Amino acid sequence: MSRERFDAIVVGAGMSGNAAAYTMASRGLKVLQLERGEYPGSKNVQGAILYANMLEGIVPNFRDDAPLERHLVEQRLWIMDDTSHSGMHYRSHDFNEQRANRYTIVRVQFDKWFAGKVREAGGTILCETTATKLARDCSGNVIGVHTDRAGRPILADVVVLAEGVNGVLGTRMGLRDMPKSQNVALAVKEMHFLPEHVIAERFGLTGDQGCVIEALGTISRGMAGLGFLYTNRDSISLGIGCLVSGLAESMESPHTVLNGFKCHPSIKPLLAGSEVKEYAAHLIPEGGFRAIPELHGEGWVVVGDAAQLNNAVHREGSNLAMTSGQIAGEAICTIKNQGRLMTKDNLSLYKSMLDKSFVIKDLIKHKDVPALLHTNSQSLFSTYPKLLSQAAQSFVRVEGSTKIEKEKAAIDAFIKARSRWGLVSDAVRIARAWR
Amino acid sequence: MSESSFEPIEEKLYWNRYLVDAGRPHIRVRRHLSPSASLRALTKICPANCYSFDDAGQVKVVTDGCLECGTCRVLCEATGEIDWNYPRGGFGILFKFG
Repeated sequence: MSRERFDAIVVGAGMSGNAAAYTMASRGLKVLQLERGEYPGSKNVQGAILYANMLEGIVPNFRDDAPLERHLVEQRLWIMDDTSHSGMHYRSHDFNEQRANRYTIVRVQFDKWFAGKVREAGGTILCETTATKLARDCSGNVIGVHTDRAGRPILADVVVLAEGVNGVLGTRMGLRDMPKSQNVALAVKEMHFLPEHVIAERFGLTGDQGCVIEALGTISRGMAGLGFLYTNRDSISLGIGCLVSGLAESMESPHTVLNGFKCHPSIKPLLAGSEVKEYAAHLIPEGGFRAIPELHGEGWVVVGDAAQLNNAVHREGSNLAMTSGQIAGEAICTIKNQGRLMTKDNLSLYKSMLDKSFVIKDLIKHKDVPALLHTNSQSLFSTYPKLLSQAAQSFVRVEGSTKIEKEKAAIDAFIKARSRWGLVSDAVRIARAWR
Repeated sequence: MSESSFEPIEEKLYWNRYLVDAGRPHIRVRRHLSPSASLRALTKICPANCYSFDDAGQVKVVTDGCLECGTCRVLCEATGEIDWNYPRGGFGILFKFG
């Protein structure tokens, strides 16, 4: 690399990095993006659902050429025990709108497309390059990055850390702490391929309509966790995520947990005959508002998963990543256009803009949920799902006992499992965390 | 789903594409007398089964099938039990779908 200097270096070509790089490049900044994979997307893993509104704010006409799989018309939330599921389905014809609200995507393909937009906007992307260290001047201000390519550091006015939840730069350079095991979930995922018409028939879909199943209960074996099944055009993304602290305490093997989910009688027939083509694993930030690190400093900002910007309650992550990347990009452009330096004070513009956005407001709303999930995982993910299933089964079966007896038996089972006081205090805690 | 619903992990990894940086493992386990609870947990919870016990009862790592998730880093880097890095640029797992 020659001694050319960039306005901004973006570390990482995921959702937040691409959004930041695109925002700055399309406003005329000289942007260098570093990606350690062979191509943008080759290291990236997500479920994945794309929320159109946030991308539309960045690339308004993305539907013209972005690789989208299916637009979602149906959402299922299943509460499972070992042999059953009960839950809620929401399906609406309203979702068959011209500009659909949510799509399934395949991240590697999507990220290649998004990175293509960065290049079209004039950004430079350097792949197969791992950023190893931040370069600092004698006052400690960040002035660029060192990479695993030979040579001197690459210099820029500002470095955007979009390096993901397990980013090494920020943690090694003391800008933020390493994620704690109770603040990250390990998700494992398989890609199951099936012909398009088979997926359509199994889920009652036509054209490019899609369906999502999110499932919790005994499938996570008492750990705080969530299973998911997303329909893509000719494949199904199937996975399950559990807090790393839960896995470490229970010594459960994640691929065995995934196998259990896959073989559940409610899931197995949906996958029958599929060909599996990939097995992936990835950490998901789950710490919420309380785990957000310092977002900016002298010559740097942090965005997306690296900043723990993930809404675990609503399973939203990539939209928070995109929006934080976009806002960081806009703030940097504003500071640049005013001819000011990328100091910590000036970069606080990014934080104040982010605080005003849905990103931080939503995370504040659910700030107590992560602790609730961490400390009450056994009752929330095992005891209650089992009780609910028993009650539902008893209600549905007809074998001569009176309805009053059935109701009493169901209530007694809840009290026996959690005690009256336990039930009330669980309800209060959940209501408080949700408030 | 293929014939067996319980593919061994090695078979799952075979679905993936890797460019192994031969002779340059990106994670190392430091020498230890007896493994800590966190280090022992890795022999169970690493999603690619990279960690196992050797004959001497020490935990060892083979990084060829690593999915670069970072679980082992979260549990054992701060305690100094492992030396953790990403593979060199371009090497390691190369997701086709992600």
